[in-house]
Amino acid sequence: MKSYIIPEFQVERDDFRCIRCEVCVRQCSFDVHRYDEEEDQVFADESKCCGCLRCVTLCPTRALVVRRNPTQIPDNYNWTMEQLMDAYKQAETGGVLLTGMGCGRELPIYWDHIVLDASQVTNPSIDPLREPMELRTWLGAKPDRLEMRGGKSRPKAEGMGPQLKLETPMMFSAISYGAISYNTCEALARAASELGTYYNTGEGGLHRDLYKYGDHTICQVASGRFGVHADYLEAAAALEIKIGQGAKPGIGGHLPGEKVSLEISRTRMIPEGSDAISPAPHHDIYSIEDLAQLIYALKEATHWTKPVSVKIAAVHNSAAIASGIVRAGADIVAIDGIRGGTGAAPTRIRDNVGIPIELALAAVDDRLRAEGIRNRASIVVAGGFRNSGDVIKAIALGADAVYLGTPALVAMGCHVCRKCYTGKCNWGIATQDPYLSKRLNPELAARRLVNMINAWSHEIMEMLGGMGINAIESLRGNRLRLRGVGLSREELDLLGIKHAGE
Amino acid sequence: MLRHVLFRDDKDFAGCSIFGMMDRGGGRTNGEPVMRAIANMKERSNGLGGGFAAYGIYPDRADLYALQLMFDDHCARRETEEFIRSGFELAEAEPIPVRSTPEISDPPLLWRYFVQPMPSCLREDEGEDDYVVRAVMHVNVNIDGAFVFSSGKDMGVFKGVGFPEDVGRFFRLEEYEAYTWVAHGRFPTNTQGWWGGAHPFNILDWSVVHNGEISSYGINRRYLEMFGYICTLHTDTEVIAYAVDLLLRRHGLAIEDLAMVMAAPLWDHIDRMPREQRARATALRQIYGSLLMNGPFSIIISNRTRMIGLTDRIRLRPLVAGVAGRMIYISSEEAPMHLIEEGLERTWIPTGGEPIVAELEEIAIQRVGAGR
Repeated sequence: MKSYIIPEFQVERDDFRCIRCEVCVRQCSFDVHRYDEEEDQVFADESKCCGCLRCVTLCPTRALVVRRNPTQIPDNYNWTMEQLMDAYKQAETGGVLLTGMGCGRELPIYWDHIVLDASQVTNPSIDPLREPMELRTWLGAKPDRLEMRGGKSRPKAEGMGPQLKLETPMMFSAISYGAISYNTCEALARAASELGTYYNTGEGGLHRDLYKYGDHTICQVASGRFGVHADYLEAAAALEIKIGQGAKPGIGGHLPGEKVSLEISRTRMIPEGSDAISPAPHHDIYSIEDLAQLIYALKEATHWTKPVSVKIAAVHNSAAIASGIVRAGADIVAIDGIRGGTGAAPTRIRDNVGIPIELALAAVDDRLRAEGIRNRASIVVAGGFRNSGDVIKAIALGADAVYLGTPALVAMGCHVCRKCYTGKCNWGIATQDPYLSKRLNPELAARRLVNMINAWSHEIMEMLGGMGINAIESLRGNRLRLRGVGLSREELDLLGIKHAGE
Repeated sequence: MLRHVLFRDDKDFAGCSIFGMMDRGGGRTNGEPVMRAIANMKERSNGLGGGFAAYGIYPDRADLYALQLMFDDHCARRETEEFIRSGFELAEAEPIPVRSTPEISDPPLLWRYFVQPMPSCLREDEGEDDYVVRAVMHVNVNIDGAFVFSSGKDMGVFKGVGFPEDVGRFFRLEEYEAYTWVAHGRFPTNTQGWWGGAHPFNILDWSVVHNGEISSYGINRRYLEMFGYICTLHTDTEVIAYAVDLLLRRHGLAIEDLAMVMAAPLWDHIDRMPREQRARATALRQIYGSLLMNGPFSIIISNRTRMIGLTDRIRLRPLVAGVAGRMIYISSEEAPMHLIEEGLERTWIPTGGEPIVAELEEIAIQRVGAGR
């Protein structure tokens, strides 16, 4: 069948600059570039180009430009080029459209319509370079009041759940070994350890060689139960039951057998080369009381020493669901918004199911406070954070901490080309191909992660200091320090903030 | 709820003067010295709010709650009185005596009620104090034009719009005798001529005067709402009063704990503490992080047996303490102490987050009948 698909990108090569070094040929796993020895020319098959810019970035003479194909269909607001091409793809294959990364649709990004406050005259702003500025954050259940027990030898606050100590209110989101390479997992683990925060294994188990970073690891228990065994639970600092994911609420996951290498098969405890299928629901959780059973089973299995988180996708009734989760005994509620990332998801689900994290967060924080149970669990939010401005606004809306997934991958080189599901990631991140995965040096990648989180932390400190605040907990849920710009009355009410000028 | 809220700002933005004096032996003095002391710091206020809290002023009715109220009109008064009669034994109702002075204009109706909760109205497991808090919240939130500005036993708050010494003369404070006096002069930047917004803020016998601005107000308020405190005045001082009530009365914490919550030590400092102390300080910040009062403040918190001075954790507002025999003074500035006390033995400046605690002596507690 003749394909009607027009390439998305154009590859332009400046022949004067090109020295025929063939870096682009070797770097492109999609085989876009080809060197013809006879003609001494490099050619490009643009139909394969995903726009990841690996070749552009590594070209030593800057001879390459990749730009959007300017070819136009007749102007039509409804039938855009993208809609057309998607329809052709399905007409040619009969398949469900697959994609990677988070939803990039033109849904409102509320962070961009929220602005922060600063001190002027009546209270002094604080310079974090000269004065203390505290970002330390504790995740876990807290009692409503302090009652110390255990005397001098083992002082402990009555009712205080096990706590995660974060030196900055940012963690790395759940990304499974399988979706990403071993080196990428190691980089995340190293960076989290150095930063005094945590990374999340996702649902793919934990490679034995990474157990040494266990104190900074949150181990996930998902519907496929891959790699869940006593040592895995024991190695973790905290456990997370994954109910849903912002990029694909309501559906499960599928790691194709070709990606299940020997190491992955050992880690996930499945036969080499077999598909790893995560069912849409947990088949032992058909309601809230079942979830409570699993929460307590995990607590029992780890001798009540580790906090248990429950992660859900942000959907219409998140507030009520979160309330149930807290009452079911979770120490942390993690909520993943519609812009949250993924290694693979059906395009239509990613782009159409779920709600923006800003609204879900505001609703959940409000509900837990209205029910007087906000102390009983921490709120961690994920899905769509791009910079420290987004993070600090999330904290002011009521989050205890945030999960960063895509920003972490970007720090390591990801260019958000959305082809994670192909396993051919040119940046060595979302791949199991040894030729590609060795491109990511765990030490250097960890350095990039640490740098970025440190930079964001500094920026958060500057913004806190500007507000005359020197501890993050004084901003958490402090929505008076936020104002909306260009939002409707209903949106402002849902977010619990005033409009700028009010 | 008072009606005349002109500006719906997040909270008030104010600089201020504060002054407190306590005779630890329970000896009473009239309102003259405290009025002179606060007047000496006139440039710290701008005539838009002044007030006093006085302890030991109603010895004959020391067992009854003294509810002092402001009303916009008699309609609000009648509605409030009906509410009070439905839940309390009313021993006495009277207008608060005032003198008409040129400095004070447009006062609201000012009444006080000496009451005892009706036992039959108390919920199961509810103490009288909790009941009174609930009643105060009801009036302040639900009754249009009425506001309870003090609700303790054997004490009263007197406050209004004007310079503090003018407000004091208006309320004839020289006719009251108290063992603890606390005063406040206000310099708000959002100029509301609004009686409810003056300090001290009070709930039961806890009163707070405050110099500063709480940058964490938004979360402090939302946290207290979880425990049934509804902030009606849009002032950060109100949250301090409720936080004190929650921590000391309802949660039974010590004053040192209160200081560690409201002006928490830095984590660097906590990490170096001895084990037991570290565990306690860590737990306090974990549990009550939302009550950390961030931003510049110096405050005087008082009840029938104690007077506590405290500054914020990095000491952005002034506070100085002084001793003269049984008298303890806490003030924004040192000069007023010298003005009214010739025998001042010693003065000192506490560090940020270090509470100054003056406590009534045991024998005095019995004499003034302020035992718990």
